[in-house]
Amino acid sequence: MLKYTLRRILQSIPILLIVLTLVFLVVRVLPGDPAVAALGDYASEESVRALREKLGLSDPIWLQYVKFLVSLASGDLGISAITGYPVAKQVIRVLPYTLELTFCAILLGYILGVPLGISAAVHRNSFIDYFNRIFSLLGLSVPAFYLGIILILLFSIIFPIFPVVGGGDFWDLKDNLRHLVLPGLSLGLLMMAYVTRMTRSAILDVLREDYVRTAHAKGVLEHLVLYKHVLRNALIPIVALGGLYAVVLIGSSVMVEIVFSRPGLGKLMVGAIKQRDYTTLQSVMVIYAVLVVLINLATDLIYGLIDPRIKYD
Amino acid sequence: MSHLLESVPVDGGMTVEISQRHRMWMAFRRNKTAMFGGIMAVLIVLVAIFAPVLSPYDPLAQDAIARLSPASQDHWLGTDDFGRDVLSRIIWGSRVSLIIGILSVLAGLIVGTGMGMVAGYYGGRTETLIMRAVDVLMCFPDLILAIAVTAVLGSNLVNLIITIAIVMTPRFARLSHGQLLKLKESEYVVAAQAIGAKVPRIIIRHIFPNIFGELLVAGTLWVGVSIRLEANLAFIGLGVQPPTPTWGNMIREGVDVLINAPGISVYSGLCILITILAFNTLGDGIRDMIDPRLRGE
Repeated sequence: MLKYTLRRILQSIPILLIVLTLVFLVVRVLPGDPAVAALGDYASEESVRALREKLGLSDPIWLQYVKFLVSLASGDLGISAITGYPVAKQVIRVLPYTLELTFCAILLGYILGVPLGISAAVHRNSFIDYFNRIFSLLGLSVPAFYLGIILILLFSIIFPIFPVVGGGDFWDLKDNLRHLVLPGLSLGLLMMAYVTRMTRSAILDVLREDYVRTAHAKGVLEHLVLYKHVLRNALIPIVALGGLYAVVLIGSSVMVEIVFSRPGLGKLMVGAIKQRDYTTLQSVMVIYAVLVVLINLATDLIYGLIDPRIKYD
Repeated sequence: MSHLLESVPVDGGMTVEISQRHRMWMAFRRNKTAMFGGIMAVLIVLVAIFAPVLSPYDPLAQDAIARLSPASQDHWLGTDDFGRDVLSRIIWGSRVSLIIGILSVLAGLIVGTGMGMVAGYYGGRTETLIMRAVDVLMCFPDLILAIAVTAVLGSNLVNLIITIAIVMTPRFARLSHGQLLKLKESEYVVAAQAIGAKVPRIIIRHIFPNIFGELLVAGTLWVGVSIRLEANLAFIGLGVQPPTPTWGNMIREGVDVLINAPGISVYSGLCILITILAFNTLGDGIRDMIDPRLRGE
């Protein structure tokens, strides 16, 4: 397992490096001069030049690239030309909100989605199966921000139970959770739709296998067949696709953060684009990419844990 | 799946071809959800085409007196903050969603499939280069990649199509690459190689028709994805710029007046939902149609 883990970690490094390069290049080709964006259109030529010098923008591109990698490696994300604050500080402030939201949605998706998917597959063409099909079809189709708006309309405006916007004080548990409910639901229901759908089809696939029929034939109890034979084997695609959907979810979290005006990476990113704050934009994109690479890594590692065959190839 | 499409060569017997298609069409018609999706999609496309005829008002005409008026005989869905007719704006808004949704997927399909097939067919360094590039692009969640590309290109109709096509390309590349690897060793491809068919001919005449079904299903489903992406971008303010009516823009504008006139956001969002739903059910239906094993799942 250790060897597999190490090999898998080593494999993600080149991908990450190319991703970093791409982010660096994309941010360099963005239209508009960051120094002008920071100082305004009426800034004098000298002050623009001074700021360019300070931001390292007048260095040759390869030097900027090396500096970018070196400072990233030491955890320094640079200083925002717009706000004047270190980007790392801003990121650390909002990152817990995004992680909390995404984690909560994934948890909700699995806790509710897996049982629903199982019962839909086991009781095929029953009421619960139909409900499940309609639910997951809706979940696959609805944009996260629209779901958020509907929830705001229902639970903040018509029945004012939860706060409309904001993220609350992260370290005040009660306040935090109150602000988490609606955004968490907007994202969690989507995840639940994905999870239910794939659980159902994974279970249906396994139910057809010969070994399940054999287990039934030799008189193994129904719930034991389900638990020991079906669920264990269906777990592999459920975990694999779960990783894929978690990546989709991170994308949707941007929208949820914006609808609920909730602090987070997504809100930071969109704000950075609108203000042409390229240092921040670059850092946020790097962090998103790192998150995705980490999720893929975690998926593969869990994969190795639950499917012993994978380690040996 | 492949054996169904295989027997539809141009120089094949006409009767075989017709009965094959007929059988698929029957399968599609039996599938009620798929029929629903197909009919909805056609209706939405018709609404977009005939927007000038169908919309009761000019979608841009402002009426300062009738601002935020509720639904009435004159304005079936009320008016927005500028007194513009919401129904007319929704009807016109369908155009942007559909144009971007369909064209970006088409562009992504052409470029991505080309890349995936070339990579899969030639293998070696070409393959490594193309598929690693695809991996890198797929390291970003769709929306984040789209936001970054929009920031570079700027947001007008053409650039948005290009942006979303860039997001769709790696998906098609990966799909077609995987399919091609499966077919590459198949007997008819080997046979074509043996009689000296050139690479483009093998890819276009022998491989492409066999993965077309797969691509069609994914493409239909991904029209939904790309419509949602466009709506997301518009909601952030990076979509086609106002005053052009788009559903995403309307939701965003409606959020500011959510308490007084929730209808603006709710109705335009409902249109997005129904459109995506239509393409999703249509895609599922096409999959069931060409792959009988999956029917009813």
